[in-house]
Amino acid sequence: MGILDFTAVELAEKIKSKEVSVREAVDAVLEQIDKTEENYNCYVTVDREGAIKKAEEVQKKIDAGEIDGPLAGVPVAIKDNMCTEGLLTTCSSKILGNFIPTFSSEAVLNLEKAGAVIIGKTNMDEFAMGSTTETSAYGVTRNPRNPEHVPGGSSGGSAAAVAANECFYALGSDTGGSIRQPAGYCGVVGMKPTYSTVSRYGLIAYGSSLDQIGPLSKDVRDCATILEVIASHDPKDSTSVKRDDTDFTSALVEDVKGMKIGIPKDYLGEGLDPEVRDAVLKAAEVLKDKGAIIEEFDLGLVEYAIPAYYTIAAAEASSNLERFDGIKYGYRTEEFTDLHNMYKKTRSEGFGPEVKRRIMLGSFVLSSGYYDAYYLKALRVKALIKKAFDDAFAKYDVILGPVAPTTAPKLGESLSDPIKMYLGDIYTISLNLAGLPGICLPCGEDSNGLPIGLQLIGDCFKEKNIIRAAFTYEQSVK
Amino acid sequence: MANVISDETIDYVGILAKLELSDEEKENAKKDMESMLDYIDKLNELDTAGVEPMSHVFPVNNVFREDVVTNDDDRENILKNAPEEQNGMFQVPKTFD
Repeated sequence: MGILDFTAVELAEKIKSKEVSVREAVDAVLEQIDKTEENYNCYVTVDREGAIKKAEEVQKKIDAGEIDGPLAGVPVAIKDNMCTEGLLTTCSSKILGNFIPTFSSEAVLNLEKAGAVIIGKTNMDEFAMGSTTETSAYGVTRNPRNPEHVPGGSSGGSAAAVAANECFYALGSDTGGSIRQPAGYCGVVGMKPTYSTVSRYGLIAYGSSLDQIGPLSKDVRDCATILEVIASHDPKDSTSVKRDDTDFTSALVEDVKGMKIGIPKDYLGEGLDPEVRDAVLKAAEVLKDKGAIIEEFDLGLVEYAIPAYYTIAAAEASSNLERFDGIKYGYRTEEFTDLHNMYKKTRSEGFGPEVKRRIMLGSFVLSSGYYDAYYLKALRVKALIKKAFDDAFAKYDVILGPVAPTTAPKLGESLSDPIKMYLGDIYTISLNLAGLPGICLPCGEDSNGLPIGLQLIGDCFKEKNIIRAAFTYEQSVK
Repeated sequence: MANVISDETIDYVGILAKLELSDEEKENAKKDMESMLDYIDKLNELDTAGVEPMSHVFPVNNVFREDVVTNDDDRENILKNAPEEQNGMFQVPKTFD
């Protein structure tokens, strides 16, 4: 068994017991990057020198007993929309092509305090807008399970880097499924925690009421361990909630006896690939055999989540992305006549088509005369969707279903029809609207050998239920 | 009902969005926005009378903290990211005569 076969938690144990040095772990990952990165393009930036330097520092701290957490010395990849001090952070956009943050995001700082070594910044859909990592200004990322296919998105680089062993784990961000869907497509574990659990400070905003940072990992134990490290109450993010139940690893228990799990009938209907459906229902059977009580039910409103989501996300994006104006950082157009012309040319040249599409839509739904009919309407529907989940969680501990209607599509097939692409998010985006936690883990393969993702959804602040169910499933099919 | 976006609307949204679109981009944007709005109109199937718009899922109200400086003066590094700077300040195009 080579170093790359270890999970993050296993590697930290080997480092602690001095069987592996931090430098050896970093070298193993860099060697793998040299071998496979050319094919997959998981990273926008690989910080070779930084990682090697950091490896020495962290090793010293571990040797001195200053750090002894469960991730100490383990190399990590960070999605390129999280600020990293002194390290290029592009959001996979031309407009931030030269942006060097002067501070690090809180989630990254929490990892660094725990002894993480940052290998690099992963590719993504531009400003996290997309479901395939094809809207990146720095080239597409390919799915390591089959390079003809997309890795999903928008955290496609993070998911692919974990799947390709180009890191031991990664951070992603999830606004409408951007951690869970690529995890499903690449056959790794990904989790979006309850909104407000991980600080958004230093995460370049897309839809502020929906964005959450979360882990992408090789297994459920790693996932819970990483989440435990990055979750924190942060006064710098005023939506951050103070929780005293972030000991997520305590839920790594192989037991679902009596757990009530509901499967929404609405998640098994039209548009769902039969192979995905079969694999998900088979996973439910596994949990049933372990003592869970499984029931199908009507969740309702599922088809309204996507139009509500795109209205809200576009509105927030149009506002959040106003800061990119060619003055304080990033790209500025070469020639212009006056201030407003400079703004317009900078933004038109700096943003890609999908980002412009959403900024335009968002500006429209917020404009006077349309605000009530579109934006407020969407916020009302959001309240109804939240209520539907509240009703469901009055009956069930966990909701189970697919993460996406199909396995990973082929490269080049998605961007031509945006609404069709948005429909791929049907099972993931309602969680962002309702603030709920969700985990995606592999539950088999289709006939082409592409991974199928199982999604487990919990009520707000009930990550432990889904971690327990996910861990039990994972152990049962090992 | 199919939405129709006029040239005037696209120009107006372009001003709000601070985007300069080529004629071809404008035509595409019109088509995109029409089909997105047709799709979003699906929300009108739902009766939301009496439902409060939900901007935040948790009952979090204004969060206050003391206004104290916790970071250092980082002007030099911050200005390194600026496309143009002069005398320790961001340089912008002339804004009035």
